Amino acid sequence: MTVTLFIPCFIDALFPRAGISMVEILERLGHKVVCPNEIACCGQPPFNSGYWDEARTIAAPALEKLKDAETVVIGSGSCGAMIKKFYPELFKNTPQAELAKQVASRTWEFSDFLVSKLGVTDLGAKFPHKVTFHDGCHGLRELGIKTAPRALLGKVGGLEFVEMKEESCCGFGGTFAAKFPMISTAMGEVKCAAATETGADFIVSNDSSCLMHIQGLLSRQGSKLKTIHLAEVLNQK
Amino acid sequence: MKNEEIILSEREKILGRIREALKVSAPLPGSHSEVAAHATTESPASHAREWLPSVGASGAEQFDLFAKNCADLKADFQLLNNREELPAALQKIAAAEKWSRIASHDGELSNFASVSLGLPVLLTDKGYDVQEMEKCDAGISECDALIAQTGGVVVTNRSAGGRALSVLPPHHIVLARREQLVADLPAAFALLQQKYADNYPSMISFITGPSRTGDIERILVLGAHGPKKLTILCF
Amino acid sequence: MSFVSQFKSLASEKTRDLRHRSVIRTALRSYEVVRDKRKAAFQSWESARQAAAETKWEAINHLDEHLVALTAKLEARGTKVHWASNGAQAREIISQILRDKKARSIIKSKAMTSEEIHLNHALEKEGYTVVESDLGEFIVQLRHEAPYHIVFPSMHLTRGEIKDLFQKELGDAPSDSPEDLTMVARRVMRQKYLTADVGFTGGNFAIAETGMISITENEGNARLTAALPKTMITLMGIEKVLPRFADLALFLPMLATAGAGQPMTCYNTMYSGPRQPGECDGPEEWHVVLLDNRRTELLANAEQRDSLHCIRCGACLNVCPIFRNVGGHTYGTTYSGPVGAVITPHLRGLQDWKHLSNASTLCGGCTEACPVKIDLHHHLLQNRRNASTSEPAFFEKLAYQTFAIVANEPAFWSLAKKIGWLTQPLQSLVKGTALDPAKAWTKTRELPPQPLESFKDWWKNRK
Repeated sequence: MTVTLFIPCFIDALFPRAGISMVEILERLGHKVVCPNEIACCGQPPFNSGYWDEARTIAAPALEKLKDAETVVIGSGSCGAMIKKFYPELFKNTPQAELAKQVASRTWEFSDFLVSKLGVTDLGAKFPHKVTFHDGCHGLRELGIKTAPRALLGKVGGLEFVEMKEESCCGFGGTFAAKFPMISTAMGEVKCAAATETGADFIVSNDSSCLMHIQGLLSRQGSKLKTIHLAEVLNQK
Repeated sequence: MKNEEIILSEREKILGRIREALKVSAPLPGSHSEVAAHATTESPASHAREWLPSVGASGAEQFDLFAKNCADLKADFQLLNNREELPAALQKIAAAEKWSRIASHDGELSNFASVSLGLPVLLTDKGYDVQEMEKCDAGISECDALIAQTGGVVVTNRSAGGRALSVLPPHHIVLARREQLVADLPAAFALLQQKYADNYPSMISFITGPSRTGDIERILVLGAHGPKKLTILCF
Repeated sequence: MSFVSQFKSLASEKTRDLRHRSVIRTALRSYEVVRDKRKAAFQSWESARQAAAETKWEAINHLDEHLVALTAKLEARGTKVHWASNGAQAREIISQILRDKKARSIIKSKAMTSEEIHLNHALEKEGYTVVESDLGEFIVQLRHEAPYHIVFPSMHLTRGEIKDLFQKELGDAPSDSPEDLTMVARRVMRQKYLTADVGFTGGNFAIAETGMISITENEGNARLTAALPKTMITLMGIEKVLPRFADLALFLPMLATAGAGQPMTCYNTMYSGPRQPGECDGPEEWHVVLLDNRRTELLANAEQRDSLHCIRCGACLNVCPIFRNVGGHTYGTTYSGPVGAVITPHLRGLQDWKHLSNASTLCGGCTEACPVKIDLHHHLLQNRRNASTSEPAFFEKLAYQTFAIVANEPAFWSLAKKIGWLTQPLQSLVKGTALDPAKAWTKTRELPPQPLESFKDWWKNRK
């Protein structure tokens, strides 16, 4: 099938390896991948800050670009939640209300797409490390994605998986991290401690934004623990 | 008179604001669609039995569950063979705790039990001095029901000697007959409704274990203000 | 100091306090264990939640009818029902009752509504002796402090601190064991019960069908409060109604499970009147004060009306990573945590309190924990929207307008990435200093290195 891959702004600018891995995986599975150059962002930053007009200014053209897409795959639980859950809310009582619902129903978060839509878990990847998984809150609670990433990691050769004892938010929260840096940092410290406690070499997630926050703290702490996007793990040979 | 007018008008003002607010209907929980307000006759909670913790079908299972729940709650549950075993069971507690006086109320079972102890008894029925009750070592009362699901006891001020008897003395003894055990909370509420209809006692209390607190470091301490001990004698 | 700077300043202090973090985490992790066990005992916790949400929906969306029915039933058995539009009226009603009864001393069982209207302070100013009887409330009262948490008022204190407090204030603290300290409070309180003129309580549920007020507690202090003094006063919000007596069969175990991980709270007591003819004890008079205090404004907001479904179990506070890190007192509100962040802007002013809705990652843990399915974290988003729409912050709006222009034009977006890449060396020079535009981030965290080739560059180049 033709997959329209929605690459979120921070993956595009800061974590291109995650996006490249998604393209390569989807193509290896025999799908045609298209990436509309005109879409840069889903509009979540202004949306979460309450600036819904500005969010619509960004989201409306994105919606139009996705109008004819057969399937939209997005490499972030958070941006996935924006499209699937919040676009219908954002465009309620506007001419694009119906379109927002349609696009929402055709959009998949990357790991959920592989497991639930394609029925694929074994991608032949090898990653001989001990890893733990961080559930981004939007993917986990808005989209209910919990088992798909674990199913995929379960099939990675040489990978040893260990859960963190405590499930908690990493403290990123978009502009929250800058508006309330002290709270954000404290939450991140709790998260890093839980991950460190597992003895893992890597924290894997399906959300680069959470990983950016966690990695930022780990690097400052001089920790050896590293973060990596799920797609990159699945693309290791 | 003036005061009354203000009070009445405040009531009307609040009700007026409520009626104005409710002109716009709110979405039903779990749906994001606008649903017109409607009055249902059946309570959504009326199926509570299907969702609450399971209780087992037979009476024996329910007694086992009640006993297990009591143990978890640190309540003492004694299942006796017959009414005649009550005095001995009570005397054993009285001796162990060196009771010198007790509080109780007028009732077929409670009279039988308290008289058998041969101790001074403060009866609450016709009024009593709370300072005197405070000096009692135990309060002995009947009850309305035992609940297998929770390990709880239902008392009312009518069945159990008023409001204070079951909570002021340091040890509350509950006297119950086997047939008073109900399976679950919905059954307990149904029983109360059936028994008291439109003449409810002014206090109905579901007692689940002895008084407790966790306010200091979330560590359980029994006997915060109410009884440190709760004993249920059932035959 | 504005409410927002006060919040930020207290939050900075608390988030650095590792002792505080550890005390709260330990307490709440043990709560999580028992709560999960009790939830698992339900045959279907999810169906129970849905039914509870629907029942509260019905109660709140017919609030006028239920309040009229409740009042009629209560009055029929001699209870005096008072209506207060705001805190001042409620305080005046209560003062008037105390004057009429020539009361001096009041024993109180836990009531968040009394915190909401600052009742203790007002009564003490008028010369009354007011004693909180719930152990946690008693402890924070001795410290002249607001409750830290709506259900666990003293959870921020260690046994050592409580021992010192008792020693100083009561001259009695045999050891720091919770058992010993609890018994000190029990002894002190006993005589207060026996001599108090008035007993004061809150209410957890008001049953419209039968005209009852149900009070949930573990200690027995509310039972004694409602048994011994000659006059009883109950203050509760108008939103506390449940339609039917039997609804309690669902709500009592759910409140206990969500709130404290208990199968049932120790005492759940339904009062339907003062002492009735033929009854041997109980108050001669019972006054029930129904408090609006801007709840009707929340009711008028159909989008967030479900926040009036709240049964004050505290489950959303317990799971909230913000609450766990900043602590209850930082909020500066009666109701803290997620539900406080949702309702306070409505009860006390959106612009003054919108920061509570901003101080969230929208993780949704609260919504998942709520036993009556209040859409808490989405309401935080709506508060943000309402605040930004009614009074946009100039520079923030400008920033998002600019961002929208850049994001919508591929050439601008590409240029922005190039500028970002080029200025990286500069950024690392000023990192963490006053000149650093990303200081809020870089003070505690590293920025990710930005690669020269973005995803879109790669995509274009491979074609």
